[in-house]
Amino acid sequence: MKLTLRVWRQKNADTKGKMVKYHLDDVDEDMSFLEMLDVLNEKLTLDDEDPVSFDHDCREGICGSCAMVINGVPHGPQKNTTTCQLHMRHFSDGDTIDVEPWRARAFPVIKDLVTDRSAFDQIIQSGGYVSVNTGSAPDAHATPVDKVSADDAFDAATCIGCGACVAACPNGSSMLFTAAKVTHLGLLPQGQPERATRAINMLAKQDELDFGGCTNVGACAEVCPKGIPLASISRLNHDVLGATLSGARAD
Amino acid sequence: MVLTQRNIVTRTWGSSVGKKSVMAVTGVIFLLFVITHMIGNLKIFFGQETFDAYSEHLRTLGAEIFGYGGVLWIIRVVLIASVLLHMAAAFSLWYRAKRARPVGYQHRSPQGSYAARTMRWGGVIILLFVIWHILDLTTGTVNPDPAGGAYEKLVASFDRPVVAIFYIVAMVALSFHISHGLWSAVQTLGGNSAVRQHSLKAFSVTVGVVIAVGFAIIPLSVMFGLVR
Repeated sequence: MKLTLRVWRQKNADTKGKMVKYHLDDVDEDMSFLEMLDVLNEKLTLDDEDPVSFDHDCREGICGSCAMVINGVPHGPQKNTTTCQLHMRHFSDGDTIDVEPWRARAFPVIKDLVTDRSAFDQIIQSGGYVSVNTGSAPDAHATPVDKVSADDAFDAATCIGCGACVAACPNGSSMLFTAAKVTHLGLLPQGQPERATRAINMLAKQDELDFGGCTNVGACAEVCPKGIPLASISRLNHDVLGATLSGARAD
Repeated sequence: MVLTQRNIVTRTWGSSVGKKSVMAVTGVIFLLFVITHMIGNLKIFFGQETFDAYSEHLRTLGAEIFGYGGVLWIIRVVLIASVLLHMAAAFSLWYRAKRARPVGYQHRSPQGSYAARTMRWGGVIILLFVIWHILDLTTGTVNPDPAGGAYEKLVASFDRPVVAIFYIVAMVALSFHISHGLWSAVQTLGGNSAVRQHSLKAFSVTVGVVIAVGFAIIPLSVMFGLVR
């Protein structure tokens, strides 16, 4: 199939970028979106041009690297699918496809489609963990977990931290990401001791890093490749407000 | 850091979720007011005497304790305080959202419901309407019959088709605002879950539509001569 691509090209963090048009004449419909970009890059390299930089790693939908906004939608048109798992058969011959990086102050563009998403690492560092004493491993069933909590916690744990929620949010908020972490750890007994401080610290870090505030628009959940439900944000709100009212503190 | 702040006011106002919770609580206050207001308005269909008596009753309510119109003023003060808090939080979050995305997308494909995406400008429209509404039907400043009673002022106002249509448009905006605002408030206060999501949204839309119809039926009735 023939495609026209309009790709965001930006030399580095300090320069201004722009959309640049490329034509591809021989795209196989069984290619993934990233393989299509590989083809483009081979062509650019042969033409002595700078290839398009983009993040990718596992190419099987679990690492969260392949961040790009395709035709205005993070990870493109296919529901519950990362860019690497999006295949060209979902486009038609002759299509023009716009490809842009994530847009958020907290995710500055490094080059072309590559953004610095270490802000998510900072949110995790501020509370996205469970403190355990070292020593011999406890018996697997020493701490009972009910089935529903285990399932819901696992569903939340499928978040791959790709940042599509931030990219889609009209407010540039990372609430769905933070909510997934708070839900994942807060539903399990091992996560209880730090539950109040975790919620309040992770939110404070997110606010500090210039992510926007949530207005429950729901764009995040629509584009989330892992289907994290919008209602998990309610759990984060619940924990934050509970901690605020009860006066949770770290010292 | 938030954790070192012991004061509950700064702890709440200092976080984005805290501000949203202020918007949720004040929003619920507006919603309760709007529902009461709508039920009161519908007394127009029981005739001028009933409607004017209701208007007078609002002022004599609890007069033995709070004086004539005292209860009404207490309600007004609570509402004004709520409006100020609701707006302060909204503008703060609006500013935060603008700041969070300095460079926008070339190809825009908005996700999420129409109601959710129009909350901010919808809120501004509702505010402008409320200012007009008070000047028109409470103080009578822009009413053709400023000396008239509640019933006469209402009929005189809606006899102007432009005003009646503006009123109906504002009620549509209110309906959208409530249909997102109500479920969003529940979500913000931590009461939503994946199981409840759909029914909660459906309930909010229903409340929004019922309120819009309950209010808009009055200017429509005046325009079509059912209420004279």
